[in-house]
Amino acid sequence: MAQKTPGLLSRFGADTAFMSFVAILMAFLYIPIWVLIAFSFNDSRSLTWPLSGFTLDWYRKLWSNSDLIAAIGNSFYVATLATVVTLAVGVPAAMVLHKFDFPGKSVFRRLILLPITLPGIVTGISMLNMFKLMGFPLSLETVILGHATALLGVVVTQVYARLQRLPPSLEEAAFDLGASPWRSFIDITLPNIRSAIIGAGLLSFVLSFDEIPVTFFLTGRDNTLPMYIYSTMRRGVTPEINAVGTIIVLLSLILIVVAVIATRERKK
Amino acid sequence: MAAIIELENISKHYSPTIIGVDDVSLTVEDGEFVTLLGPSGCGKSTLLRMIGGFEEPTAGAIRLADKDVTFDPPYKREVNMVFQDYALFPHMTIGENVAYGLKTFKLDKDTVRTRVKDALMLVGLYDKLNQRPQQLSGGQRQRIALARAIVRRPKVLLLDEPLSALDAKLREQMQIELKHLHEKVGITFIMVTHDQTEALVMSDRVVVMDKGKIAQEGRPQDLYDHPANPYVANFIGTTSFLPGKVRALSGEVATIAAGGTQITAHPDVTLSEGATVTVGVRPEKVKLLAEGETADNVFEGTISEVIYYGLGLRISVTLADGSKIDADTLLPDKLSHSTLPQSGAPVRLGVAAHNVFVFEGTVTP
Repeated sequence: MAQKTPGLLSRFGADTAFMSFVAILMAFLYIPIWVLIAFSFNDSRSLTWPLSGFTLDWYRKLWSNSDLIAAIGNSFYVATLATVVTLAVGVPAAMVLHKFDFPGKSVFRRLILLPITLPGIVTGISMLNMFKLMGFPLSLETVILGHATALLGVVVTQVYARLQRLPPSLEEAAFDLGASPWRSFIDITLPNIRSAIIGAGLLSFVLSFDEIPVTFFLTGRDNTLPMYIYSTMRRGVTPEINAVGTIIVLLSLILIVVAVIATRERKK
Repeated sequence: MAAIIELENISKHYSPTIIGVDDVSLTVEDGEFVTLLGPSGCGKSTLLRMIGGFEEPTAGAIRLADKDVTFDPPYKREVNMVFQDYALFPHMTIGENVAYGLKTFKLDKDTVRTRVKDALMLVGLYDKLNQRPQQLSGGQRQRIALARAIVRRPKVLLLDEPLSALDAKLREQMQIELKHLHEKVGITFIMVTHDQTEALVMSDRVVVMDKGKIAQEGRPQDLYDHPANPYVANFIGTTSFLPGKVRALSGEVATIAAGGTQITAHPDVTLSEGATVTVGVRPEKVKLLAEGETADNVFEGTISEVIYYGLGLRISVTLADGSKIDADTLLPDKLSHSTLPQSGAPVRLGVAAHNVFVFEGTVTP
């Protein structure tokens, strides 16, 4: 053969180098999480190697810490409602952007996407000013509005992108087969953008769950989980915090599994 | 036969300068297979979409079985469309796809089941009932799209370039199948295509469109043998054009100076003596003459190019006055005793008088 094929040795070398790179990358991403999990079960207050023994004390402590439990509850409340609100506004907004041409459409689209690119601090301060002006007392509800605003862009981008990929002939075919615009939305469009809506919803939930800057400005007396953790950090990382972290990792895993199942294209 | 579709002075102007369809009137008889033929951008798809209700004309009226439907939405018209990309619903099974159009009819379950079955049997794919569109081949999807449209028993079936996504072999097969399907179901078919063969093979009537207007309509053989203008002559089949001048007229016969000689023709149009005309000749109607052989019209020239295309040869000939004419010949051929025509060689071409098209004016190629 005229063409040179790389020798077996150099190919082996390249493969090994690539595999090592991937291994290091994975280690960099996941070792800290394993360390966190390990220390949450360690029966010593000091976070030093070697581990001294197994305990579930920190989880028990966590259970009796009413501030922490309240913070977790608040976080779920905020993330759930922020997701619902942002979906309720974002999905119709994406539909409008997709279906209608109107003057100033591209400006409108950019305005909707702006909150993603704005730093949370700016969103936080500006919404704080607005609520103050309107005489709204700060509460978890104001946090929800803040999160929903900041996350709107996530939902609109995802759903809009999916709608753009949907062939326009699908909806036309539904009309052609006797479906009114409303029926064809329910029967044809919605099932085909379902996974994008679920994906955007899950992403919004997660982003809202660990959001700090906007929450920091807009919350009243109530604390969300990340805010609580941040405030206790001033006294150093405690095994209790590690236990909370472990629980969050577990919940995230469950969420990922749910997302994969929900968004999987049905195949036989 | 009664008219099922009447288009009355239909226009679609996107803006004063961008014109999709320009003042088109057309009547389609019940049960006909009509093809709208033309290059992309000639307005044929826009016209079809207006019949389907997906676009509204800016002027004119559309009547479906004597009822004005010009501004009715698609879901209120008794017409159905087979889309170019088939538009099968990916989240539904084949059975659900075909049954979808029956939803609005509020039929009982058994009737729906029988009608879906009949439609799928008609296209020979009943065994795919529970599969999904993604699992089917292109040709099968095409047939499902047909079944889904036919199951509603529309008054008119619209087909938007239905075969363009298939490969050449399958396309030929589907042309015949579609034609048979049309005969079997007896529904009026209106098809859009840019493929002249498709139009000639399948339709009862062909409407050739050019820049938003109808260039000519008629039966396939009429269009082929009596094109009304050079555009049609060249869009359906191939035609060589020669500039000419009318020398004499006597009854049906015209004597025309063209290609460096005098030729006789039977023009479809009335001409006046001395008029500037364009003469058209189809390559397959041109015969290479052997020594001593003669014809109504004989052109003399030199071969400038020989193209081999399997079935035969296309020979490009430059005539005495510099104009060019193409001649097709089948292989093997007994012309002369040398093996194949050679470029540079002198040649005599014969064309029967009734095979000469005469158009008024000059052609701007």
